[in-house]
Amino acid sequence: MRVEVSAEVPAQPGARKPDPVLVIDSITRSFGGVRAVDVAHLEFQRGWITGLIGPNGAGKTTLFNLLTGFDRPDTGRWTFDGIPLSRLAPHQVARRGLVRTFQLTKALAKLTVLDNMRLAAPQQTGERFFGALLGTWGRQEQANTGKAMELLTRFQLDAKAHDLAGCLSGGQRKLLEMARALMMDPAVVMLDEPMAGVNPALTESLLQHVKSLRDDGMTVVFVEHDMDVIRDISDWVVVMAQGRVIAEGRSEALSANRAVVDAYLGSHHDQVLEFDADGNPVGQTAMLVAEIESELEAAIERGQDLSA
Amino acid sequence: MRPVGPVRSPDGARPDNSGFTRPVAGLLRAVLGALIAIAALTGLAAPALATQQPPHGTSSQPAPPEQPGLPVSGTLRNVDGTLLSGVRVQALDASGQQVASTTSNTGGRWELTVPTPGQYTFRIDRQSLPPGVTVLQGEVVRDVAPGTLSLVVFRFGAQRAGLQTSASATALRVLVDGIRFGLVIGITGVGLSLIFGTTGLTNFAHGELVTIGAVLAWTLNVTFGLQLIWATLLAIVAGAALGAATDLAIWRPMRRRRAGLIAQLVISIGLALALRYLVLIYFGGRSESFADYTNQVERNYGFISITDKDLATIVISLAVLVGVALLLQRTRIGKAMRAVADNRDLAASSGINVERVVLFVWILAGALAALGGVLFGLSELGGTVQYEMGFNLLLLMFAGVILGGLGTAYGALLGCLVVGVLVQVSAQVIPVDLKYLGGLAVLIVILVIRPQGLLGSRARIG
Amino acid sequence: MIDIASLLANGIAALVGPSAIFFALLAIGLNVHFGYGGLLNFGQIGFALVGGYGMGIAVLYFGLPLWSGVLVGIVAGVVLALLLGIPTLRLRADYLAIVTIAAAEILRLITRSTSMTDFSGGTQGLTGYGGSFRQLSPFDNGRFYDFYGVRFLGQDLWAICVGWTVVGLSLILVFLLVRSPWGRVLKAIREDEDAVRALGKNVFVYKMQALVLGGVFGAVGGIVFALTTQSLTPDFYSPPQTFFAYAALIIGGAGRVFGPVIGSMIFWFVLSITDNFLRQATAGSNPLISFIDNQDVGAIRFVLVGVALAVLMAFRPQGIFGKRSEVLLDAR
Ligand SMILES: Nc1ncnc2c1ncn2[C@@H]1O[C@H](COP(=O)(O)OP(=O)(O)OP(=O)(O)O)[C@@H](O)[C@H]1O
Ligand SMILES: [Mg+2]
Repeated sequence: MRVEVSAEVPAQPGARKPDPVLVIDSITRSFGGVRAVDVAHLEFQRGWITGLIGPNGAGKTTLFNLLTGFDRPDTGRWTFDGIPLSRLAPHQVARRGLVRTFQLTKALAKLTVLDNMRLAAPQQTGERFFGALLGTWGRQEQANTGKAMELLTRFQLDAKAHDLAGCLSGGQRKLLEMARALMMDPAVVMLDEPMAGVNPALTESLLQHVKSLRDDGMTVVFVEHDMDVIRDISDWVVVMAQGRVIAEGRSEALSANRAVVDAYLGSHHDQVLEFDADGNPVGQTAMLVAEIESELEAAIERGQDLSA
Repeated sequence: MRPVGPVRSPDGARPDNSGFTRPVAGLLRAVLGALIAIAALTGLAAPALATQQPPHGTSSQPAPPEQPGLPVSGTLRNVDGTLLSGVRVQALDASGQQVASTTSNTGGRWELTVPTPGQYTFRIDRQSLPPGVTVLQGEVVRDVAPGTLSLVVFRFGAQRAGLQTSASATALRVLVDGIRFGLVIGITGVGLSLIFGTTGLTNFAHGELVTIGAVLAWTLNVTFGLQLIWATLLAIVAGAALGAATDLAIWRPMRRRRAGLIAQLVISIGLALALRYLVLIYFGGRSESFADYTNQVERNYGFISITDKDLATIVISLAVLVGVALLLQRTRIGKAMRAVADNRDLAASSGINVERVVLFVWILAGALAALGGVLFGLSELGGTVQYEMGFNLLLLMFAGVILGGLGTAYGALLGCLVVGVLVQVSAQVIPVDLKYLGGLAVLIVILVIRPQGLLGSRARIG
Repeated sequence: MIDIASLLANGIAALVGPSAIFFALLAIGLNVHFGYGGLLNFGQIGFALVGGYGMGIAVLYFGLPLWSGVLVGIVAGVVLALLLGIPTLRLRADYLAIVTIAAAEILRLITRSTSMTDFSGGTQGLTGYGGSFRQLSPFDNGRFYDFYGVRFLGQDLWAICVGWTVVGLSLILVFLLVRSPWGRVLKAIREDEDAVRALGKNVFVYKMQALVLGGVFGAVGGIVFALTTQSLTPDFYSPPQTFFAYAALIIGGAGRVFGPVIGSMIFWFVLSITDNFLRQATAGSNPLISFIDNQDVGAIRFVLVGVALAVLMAFRPQGIFGKRSEVLLDAR
């Protein structure tokens, strides 16, 4: 079903999706002279796992920061479920169900792993000043603990539940952060390189878990440099370079052609991309884009052939 | 055994300082003052204190026993220097009742006793003045506290033309006063801001650099009889050394240990406290005046009349600030300073020796603070030096530097000028003892409207 | 000669005396700010000032009964915290530090200003607002009570009892809060604000609540102290006082419920003994220690506190008893 839908979406930057949960328009953010993000239009389809790829410095993290309110764009607006999010503070974004993790992990080292998890539970009345004094939060805390332990087991962190998060390894912190985000029952979860530093065996089981999240109706957007992972789970892939979305397409389409991948992560990595005032590629970049697009189309055609 | 009856104030205010003797142990004390200050920075404070304080000899008198009254005295001196005798001086209590009165003797000296500690108004009886003598300030409000020597100074002189002139002349005078004060704040504030810009440290001990500079200059000037200009130059050198010592002994190691922001702030305030009270021990709690440039008269320059020392303060501050600007714009080290302030990591990766630049910033800031201390005392405190002067100035520096943009050099200057003018303007409308209030209020206002300050960038503050 | 018995007796009296109570309350407030919330309040004494003066002015100027004066003092603390927090709590930690120390100094200047004499008593301060507090005393106010050589005047004993009761209640409140989910959020904020934002918590609100709570402890400290001494003098509320409370807090251990109280007791015990020792040793015509002037003893304690603060923060931020791994003061 997903595959059929995705096959109908044209593989071009800014493509319209049938049921987008996040719609972004003309968002830009510059640091000094660097245009870190400059996206004309981008939609994320509800219920899909969307992979976001691109070379280092492409602007993926900055885009995450903008969308979740951690950074303010120079221009642009975006909506989540049709509601504009542009001016909201990070915690408001998170409460509306758009939850992110950080590329550089932010496990709270001086809290236990379990407390990290319970901290994320929404609606805890004990987190209100007077609620804390009333002492009726104990039962909620118990329920949250149960849910937290389930997730921790899934992420193979249950043995560490009562250790300080500061004692976890780098990969375990990634896991904890992902589990913590899931404690919030988000509608959309945005993961910034969640698998970096996680061992392959666990990666496999986590991917299964992410897929099951999708099957429960959650939308997942994640940044990843590992093409195998991308190929394995993403329904759709967005390619960024130098702040722009330069290609979109189905993962099979991209992964079917290693040349595309190399174009972004390999040989053209350090080439300066050039665009004219309207945002159209020029010169070398235009040729590169044309090449990629034709290859994408070819790949998609092959994909359709296969499915037919 | 002493009962713990009424609680003694933990404030520990020094009850008596009148025993302070300048000339005898002066030489020792001056050197020691510097030593103690530097020793405190290098962690040797205790031994330095333990071995170096000379005995006070006759000066360490026991606290005066309960007396029925408290003496207040003064000398009446006309503008031309003649001593005024036979002039009646009255003391009025808070309710306006006369509690004491006396008449000045042939040396112009008068002395009276008030019954209890508290606030009194001292007044010259104009009727008793010799003909031709006019009073500028014939009423002085003063707190009389036990154990301190209460001196009351009245000012005489012809009515200044300025007092009767138009509002625009008053405005001009206030503006010039404000600019003068703003420049002095600016001289010290630029250093504070540059330290913040290059190291991320808000140096709460910056006020003490100012005080120590002024106190050193005072010691050289008054105790050793060195002309104030030379004394100031030496104090500037010492200030630079102190700045360097602070960085090398404390902040460089802290940076190397990657101490957090909060730890650094607490350390800097601890340092400020220790230094301030070392100065109090060395210098005493009273205001002491410089030996030079007292008793200055205003010269009329057509559109404005101004005393020589105020004019000199403005000229020197401007010259120094232009010098600092040239340093920042033209020299290699200045450009490096701006680069480090702009982006420390980038500067480091482009081959700038950040630690060297930071050391230089501290040297510059220390020198500027010392100069600022002398100018502050000369122009704003009526030619006197006082152990808390730096702390008072620090709050205005913060106001100015934040108003301009923490971390910027030119913003700091601009902000300090604004604060200086604001303080002087507000003194026209609010009571003089609340003069600094306007400057501090601006601090809160700017944080509400534009926390990055006039010239700051928004990335820095969050 | 040094009178060791009196040194000790004074030391023990200081251990539980009004100063220890006052600074324990200030430090409990700072513990909420600094120890749990990572907020750097350099003007805690200003909260004590508005507490004490709020009460004094309400009683003397507006003629309210003492109990409502106490409420006014507490509300004044809340208002001050809101005023200072709104502009600064979104910014780097320095800004709060600067604004609080400036505000404390502004408040002192205002209360001592001659233009405010009718209102706050100017430099003379206020007296005569707390008579009804002493009337409540079950002790004989004018009598000395002797506890194994440590003597207290009845009126002080009453104030001390009330003071420690308030300290005890404050500790219970802090204890309940920091072990609750609210306290967990606060500790998490101290460690990494962005992580907490990403989890949907309004960091600003929590910081503000912490600032207000700690400020109220400061105001209560001011109220209790003003009731003990029965007088308010503006120059008592000078900026360095805040750092006595910081020293006490860090000695006892920031971020621990009992830290500020233990710290404050130790602090005043040590300070009283060194102070008395120095005063005795430097007094008289043939002093034991001749290189320190008797008059300088008061100033020396400030130097010692300053040095202690810097040295502790640099080398033992966890305090005397704490474990290094538990402190988070070095976090940004
Ligand atoms: N706070 C900042 N200040 C200045 N420049 C920044 C800042 N954050 C990001 N940039 C710049 O913006 C660009 C995009 O950075 P971003 O972190 O979004 O890349 P990314 O796609 O996440 O890369 P990676 O795959 O390495 O994580 C880079 O050139 C980076 O240098
Ligand atoms: Mg990234």
